[in-house]
Amino acid sequence: MSTLELSRMQFGMTTMFHFIFVPLILGLSVLVAVMETQYVRTGNRLYLKMTKFWGRLFLINFALGVVTGLFLEFQFGMNWSRFSGFAGDVFGAPLAIESLVTFFLESSFIGVWVLGWNRVSRRTHLFAAWMLVLGANLSALWILLANAWMQHPVGMQISQGRVRMVDFLAFFTNPYSWLKFLHTMFAGFVVAAFFVTGISAYHLLKRHSEFFIRSFKMAAIFGLISSFMVFLVGDEHAYEVAQTQPAKLAAMESYWDTRQPADYNLLVIPWPGHNNNLIQTLSLPWGESLLATHSFGGKVTGMNDIPADERPPVIPVFISFRLMVGLGLLFMLLGLAAVYFVRKPRFVRRRWFLWVMLAALPLPYVACELGWVVAEVGRQPWIVYHVLRTAAGVSANVSVSQVLASLIGLGLVYAALASTDVYLLIKLAREGPDEDLARIISPEMLRRPR
Amino acid sequence: MKLETLLFVSWGFLWAGYFALDGYDFGVGALFELLGRSSVERRLMIGSISPVWNGNEVWLITAGAVTFAAFPRAYATIFSSFYSLLLLLVGALILRGVVFEFRGELKDPRWTGAWDVAFAAGSIVPPFLFGVIFGNVFRGLALGADGFSGSFFAFFNPYSLLTGILFLALFLHHGAQWLSVKTGGALKERAEEAAGRIWYGVLLIGALFAVYTSYATGLYSNYVNHPGWLVVPLAAVAALLFNKYLLLIKNDLAAFLASAAAIVLFVFFALAGLYPSLLPAADGGAGGITIDNAAAGSYALVIAAAALIIFMPLVIAYQLWVYGVFKGRLLEEDVTRDEEAY
Repeated sequence: MSTLELSRMQFGMTTMFHFIFVPLILGLSVLVAVMETQYVRTGNRLYLKMTKFWGRLFLINFALGVVTGLFLEFQFGMNWSRFSGFAGDVFGAPLAIESLVTFFLESSFIGVWVLGWNRVSRRTHLFAAWMLVLGANLSALWILLANAWMQHPVGMQISQGRVRMVDFLAFFTNPYSWLKFLHTMFAGFVVAAFFVTGISAYHLLKRHSEFFIRSFKMAAIFGLISSFMVFLVGDEHAYEVAQTQPAKLAAMESYWDTRQPADYNLLVIPWPGHNNNLIQTLSLPWGESLLATHSFGGKVTGMNDIPADERPPVIPVFISFRLMVGLGLLFMLLGLAAVYFVRKPRFVRRRWFLWVMLAALPLPYVACELGWVVAEVGRQPWIVYHVLRTAAGVSANVSVSQVLASLIGLGLVYAALASTDVYLLIKLAREGPDEDLARIISPEMLRRPR
Repeated sequence: MKLETLLFVSWGFLWAGYFALDGYDFGVGALFELLGRSSVERRLMIGSISPVWNGNEVWLITAGAVTFAAFPRAYATIFSSFYSLLLLLVGALILRGVVFEFRGELKDPRWTGAWDVAFAAGSIVPPFLFGVIFGNVFRGLALGADGFSGSFFAFFNPYSLLTGILFLALFLHHGAQWLSVKTGGALKERAEEAAGRIWYGVLLIGALFAVYTSYATGLYSNYVNHPGWLVVPLAAVAALLFNKYLLLIKNDLAAFLASAAAIVLFVFFALAGLYPSLLPAADGGAGGITIDNAAAGSYALVIAAAALIIFMPLVIAYQLWVYGVFKGRLLEEDVTRDEEAY
């Protein structure tokens, strides 16, 4: 094992672990802020209970997002120092702005949100909730601006062996970034929606309460809208990838021979050893051209026309992409079904459907991780696309034993954190909103404003 | 002032702000087992910092990110050179960070006991490691073309160990005073007494550090060339002495602010001595990282400076507002009344 391989494993492990927590922060912050807004608007204390219950789950998750994010910033310098020294001129700026603008925002207002219930007015408290939403989602924007620049470097020049930023506006308006940001943000919303419907379904299977019916309804609508948005933006994003990173697209589709027009094959079994597919059948005419070029006669570059030393590994990218898209379709379907069913009060008796929604809870998490595999593995062998190879970005002054120690050490710490987190979340989620649940669902209580 | 210098000063400001703020969080955690005699007192201690610690820690993340944006080569060399120490640092910060959320979730005393140990360890280790890292930065490292690649044990030289102990002492002192400002009852009195005692330790270790620095580092050469700059270390000493006076007359808030000023001035004293280096080569050798050979291009520097100038005042304004929201002492009644909150 070389420093390069170990550093890549460590980067994969730490970012994927971080990204277990991030999507829920993005989406659940919105749902909780909407609940609190409803409470402030209507004075209905049921919404306050909802805010506090879902907010508590949010906070445990938020804490893990924060602590696992810390290492990511350090890691660029620790393990990828040649990349950092080479690209920091452009890459450092969004990280600095992310800290200055968004991390400060969320970390300062979270204190007020958690502990300020009796210290600030309801409206100020609500303001803190929305500042959290803003801070969380804008921090995603800035980090994705940085990541999108690695995928599609714009606004820069290379001089004296280093990148120089020459156009911040070009960097900021990189279309690759904005599509990626929207795709990621809506993916986070889907995660949160299925998190809330899943836990609500669990409780509704045990007993029917107004608390979880409302939570379920709210999240179902949120999930439906978000799952459609994530798909629409995802399609646009795939088009952008096809224009800027043909090698990644070829890997995503396991597409070997350049064709014009290009068909889309529903069933594909890749055979990378032979630069071909073992099986490709069930073709949709013009399908790939439409997807990649948004036209019937568009040319799609196959992997065989990409130089051998510029090809990403096909199997992980292809499988991750297909699975992600399949899951994306499933989320739209489940979102439609959920919104359709919750129109009638008897939906709580469709136990099979509640079971399905409970079982679906982890799936959006899986889809998010798969999306990152497509994005990052699909970028290989480049760390900055067509500018710097991954192998040239790794630290030269760090030894194999150092990275091995950090990989194992962090792995153990993360495993401990993850098990504690899952244990606590399951415990709290199962307990439900502890006090006087019975009182909450009495109809008088629902109507009585505070 | 040239851009590189402006960003160096901003960089120093972020470190100074970070140590003056997260410094008391560390102090509170480090004194946790010592001063918190009952479960209510321990919840008071955590409660006194839980609304603000996260915002304080972002000063560190910002200092790191601004290093990256303004001095990419310094960021690359420093972070890879201190690989193992930073790994330990992050591990301790992770442990401390989750305590705030995890500790109160179960009422089992074994659970809270375990997190108490994690909290204390996660608050003692980082100040010491920060000191060791900065001590090595002040001394300089044996830098090759790609940075430092020497032994892990080379970091633990007497000078850096002393710097580590100094950081720890400063933050213990600072944290005890925070408790004296923000809590009441027996805990406040104990914290006040502790601050008064730790002060002597800070003075003694600080004096040793000041002398040893002249042998082990080149920090004083800037002061020889610019005697006017001596106003910074003199002000630091004055702030520390004034702090003792304020402690004696029991003006706890003013004493805490004087202690914060002493930390800020101490950081500026050291970094002004370092200027224009960011990581010197050991024994004045070649290959040191300076603001000139590490800086980003002027375009990127303008972006970084503009972001700092626009957003830092805003950040300070709303962080002050948060401190205002949580003003006043946290008393035993507060934590016993609101079981959930603390």
